Amino acid sequence: MSDVLGPASVHLEDVTSESGAAPGREALRMFTRNKAALLGVVLLVGIFFLTFIVPLFLDRDPDARIRGLRPHMSPFDEGAPFMGTDNLARDVWIIVIYGGAATLRIAAGAATMIILIGVTLGALAGYYGGWVDNVLMRITEFFLVLPGLLFAIVVVALFEPSYWTITIAIGSISWPQLMRLTRAEFLRIKNLEYVKAARAMGSGDLRIITRVILPNALPTLIVSATLIMGGAILIEAGLAFLGLGDPNSLSWGLAIGRAREFFTTNWWAVTFPGLAIFLTVLGLSLVGDGLQDAYNPKLRGR
Amino acid sequence: MKAILARIAQSLGLILAVIVLNFSLIHLAPGDAADVIAGDASASDPELMAEIRAEYGLDKPFIQQVAIYVGNVVQGDLGTSIWDGESVAGKMADRLGATALLAFTALVFAFVVGVSIGTIAARNPTSALSQGITVLALFGFSMPAFWSGLLLLIFVAVKVDFFPVSGNHDLDFEGNWFESLLDLGQHLILPALTLGIIFLAQYSRLSRASMLEVLESDYVRTARAKGLSERSVVFKHGLRNGLIPVVTVLGLQFGVAFSGAILVETVFAWPGIGRLAFDAVLRRDVPVLLGVLILTSVVVIIANLVTDLVYRIIDPRIRVTGGVNV
Repeated sequence: MSDVLGPASVHLEDVTSESGAAPGREALRMFTRNKAALLGVVLLVGIFFLTFIVPLFLDRDPDARIRGLRPHMSPFDEGAPFMGTDNLARDVWIIVIYGGAATLRIAAGAATMIILIGVTLGALAGYYGGWVDNVLMRITEFFLVLPGLLFAIVVVALFEPSYWTITIAIGSISWPQLMRLTRAEFLRIKNLEYVKAARAMGSGDLRIITRVILPNALPTLIVSATLIMGGAILIEAGLAFLGLGDPNSLSWGLAIGRAREFFTTNWWAVTFPGLAIFLTVLGLSLVGDGLQDAYNPKLRGR
Repeated sequence: MKAILARIAQSLGLILAVIVLNFSLIHLAPGDAADVIAGDASASDPELMAEIRAEYGLDKPFIQQVAIYVGNVVQGDLGTSIWDGESVAGKMADRLGATALLAFTALVFAFVVGVSIGTIAARNPTSALSQGITVLALFGFSMPAFWSGLLLLIFVAVKVDFFPVSGNHDLDFEGNWFESLLDLGQHLILPALTLGIIFLAQYSRLSRASMLEVLESDYVRTARAKGLSERSVVFKHGLRNGLIPVVTVLGLQFGVAFSGAILVETVFAWPGIGRLAFDAVLRRDVPVLLGVLILTSVVVIIANLVTDLVYRIIDPRIRVTGGVNV
């Protein structure tokens, strides 16, 4: 998480708070004292390690049958892998390890798209106001009423599932919340003294938007970005569960979808991949909550 | 009044925009529009293709096609299913009740339980329950609905005989209307719980925050100073104001619950709109998919409109500013 915290804290350190300590450092200290937030960091680091580092050394094909394993082996059976096997005698633990990459790549791509669209439109609407704001808000309202998951389902079904169609389907629908948040932050900040000062010193609009207002809106936007990432993971998992995932890669949602018809006797093949989705989104939410508390101590616990 | 009319006009505009977007999707998708609509059936059935071309006016200029499509949709004609040739509108009408019942039950459950927990927690902000609500909210947000539904099936329905595993009625069911109602209720509990958990978490957190603020306010202090009973302070003075934000969110989320029902209905084989959409995905039945997207968007738009209008009545300050999206 340190690279995410980086830019915000560097900028904020220029300003000293009432207590004399730099707010960026103060926020970092509060964050590291927050046990829930640290648990979130541990979860995310763990998932990242399992998904992107372990496969480098493991070199296994998650779809391969392994000699000596039978279908539907329970985790408690003798000689069974510790998460059991699915209906085709595949090791569920291997599926969990290899199933994360597709989900996380799509979520990262979609989140990048959401942030680019949401922050750009929100900044323009909040900064310029007037007709620009009016037009952009109408567009945003339109995207806000489209049901996200259903829209993604229709788009992916019409355009055939692939990394890009899924990423674009999720990214093009989930930005309105972030747009409204960015707009609100820009509306709040643009009339503050230091923005007026920057304008008086001759800074242009682009410079004020990107160098003066945006850095000060960042803490709020980063908090919301963690939730957006979590939401993108849930939509991807839902699509994959319905059989609309990227056909070229295994994913947690797909693993649950194909194990689902055997759930009455084989609970492990459904439970463990879902647990991986749950813990990833939980990790992101915990980190987001921790950042929120660290930057806005007044809102703590609300 | 003028503001209300403007708000209604805006909703109609949004509905129109959704229909146009829907139609554009068919044209944006790879391949000829008739092929996209016909899906897998396109190569084998020239008669069907000719029918589709005629119905959607696909030989006419694009703008005219849009006009034809909008005209059809406004008259309730959403085309026919590629799978069985039945009207899409008729198929959805058969399923609408089941989904509305599921979404409504889930929201009522989430609202009643969420507000109760939130209010109790707000009275003791340092208690374990109060701390627990934050955790509960995070858990509710982080669980994929299809997974929590499957877990309920695995660890509750399969073990406890009382809960059925799928559908909204037993297949061999026979009985009078009362027994029928009981049977429906029995089938409803787990799907509604699965869908409700998502919202329960949000409502408990929101009502806790809202009640914390209200219970610290001057008029509540005055009410206490007057010597009113704690019950009267919390219920009459506190809840009446503390509930406003929760009620607003509730209205806005009826549409969310409606579309969230897709995954839950799929897991529990609940015969609603979501299940219809899932089957349409499997069968590449594009007219049905588009119909469900339009219907769900319209439900969201109407739910937002009604919430907005009710909110104006509850809170007159909105009327003065007239702002729709501040």
